[in-house]
Amino acid sequence: MVATQKKPFRILIAKPGLDGHDRGAKVIVRALRDAGFEVIYTGIRQTPEMIVQAALQEDVDAIGLSLLSGAHMTLFPQVVSLLKEKGLGDVLVFGGGIIPDEDVPALKEKGVREVFGPGTPLSAIVDYLNKSLGQER
Amino acid sequence: MARNGNAADLAKRVLAGDAAAASRALSLIIDEAAGADALIRSFFASSGRSQKIGICGPPGAGKSTLTGRLISQFRKAGLKVGVLAVDPSSPISGGAFLGDRLRIQEHATDSGVFIRSIATRGMVGGVSHSIFGAIHVLEAFGCAKIIVETVGTGQDEVVIAKVADTVVYVTTPQMGDEIQAMKAGVMEVGDVFVVNKADLSGKDKAIGDLRSALNLGRAAGQEAKPWETPVTATTATTGEGVAELAAILDSHWAYLAGAGEGRRRLMEQHREELSLYLSRRIYQDALQKIGIRELEALVEHRTDPASLGARLLAK
Repeated sequence: MVATQKKPFRILIAKPGLDGHDRGAKVIVRALRDAGFEVIYTGIRQTPEMIVQAALQEDVDAIGLSLLSGAHMTLFPQVVSLLKEKGLGDVLVFGGGIIPDEDVPALKEKGVREVFGPGTPLSAIVDYLNKSLGQER
Repeated sequence: MARNGNAADLAKRVLAGDAAAASRALSLIIDEAAGADALIRSFFASSGRSQKIGICGPPGAGKSTLTGRLISQFRKAGLKVGVLAVDPSSPISGGAFLGDRLRIQEHATDSGVFIRSIATRGMVGGVSHSIFGAIHVLEAFGCAKIIVETVGTGQDEVVIAKVADTVVYVTTPQMGDEIQAMKAGVMEVGDVFVVNKADLSGKDKAIGDLRSALNLGRAAGQEAKPWETPVTATTATTGEGVAELAAILDSHWAYLAGAGEGRRRLMEQHREELSLYLSRRIYQDALQKIGIRELEALVEHRTDPASLGARLLAK
């Protein structure tokens, strides 16, 4: 009769690169927390190495990368390949921020599973994670 | 991936110092997944040798920043450090914002530091059976110092004393007067008191208030204790006073080893771990006995919750 509690998904939200504008990232953190995720936020100016180390220690299901500076084509794929190197290839990587539409196919090609641009409803991100992570489990 | 590996293999990798394996073992234990008990079984032999330092105190006192500074001190001494940073789960959504890591950034790529954020998931005082399991993982992983940073609810955190060897209570100037310091609760279990943010005004008064509150016990007729609880000041943002704090922590560890107090505390910790295990098992088993027949009986007033409960437990 007791509902067995489902283990919450763990998500790392990180801001690689040099821009310090993390309001967007914080809004995502808050939305995911309120949707029942356990969210680890590591703050601004993270190197791919820092992000992957945190993902490894926290055993996260997904990593959300937020970036506004334009360095996404370098930094996002670096995170993905470092994850693979560390045996964490099954961690879902998604991105957001100011990412031009024409860059999205190339990012997906390099292993970034989804990209959410400005104006994406928060519920779309929540639904996406629930669906994708739910299938993997 | 380790996700499918067996417990024995995973345990071996943790004992060999594999960080990814330690991380996975922590998940299995914290989630109370199948295989968790087997993991703890393999780790328990290596338990009890590392100093477990509990850091508690009100939210915003600077516990995470201080933790970051302490890690630096331990790393200078060449010690491997593990951190379990506990933050609250939302009672409404079940989600959590785990932000302690943000303050411990300078060790983000140091392989001699393993930091894990833990959401309370409804456990009282931030401690459940799984926190002991998590500590056993870090012990097996080879951490000489294990810092457990509590939720930061303040007065009610006495449970940390049943987990840690050394309890550090962090406060700040202007956190309250001597009367606050006289209240029962965590004031009674602290082994070391820290007035953090010592660059703010009121540091000396805060230290004085804490000292005099700690001395009241003596004035009230208690015997002199073998460990005189120190009160020290730090400014975690600059690192001032942290070397002194680390030295105090070392001397407490030496005191525990020398006086037999360490063994007594370890016994208390094991008692707590065992009781949490028992209560979890008994609770779960008992709850499984509640079925629709039992509930029907209650609705029809054929019995009452107390009599039915006693009968179910006896079954």
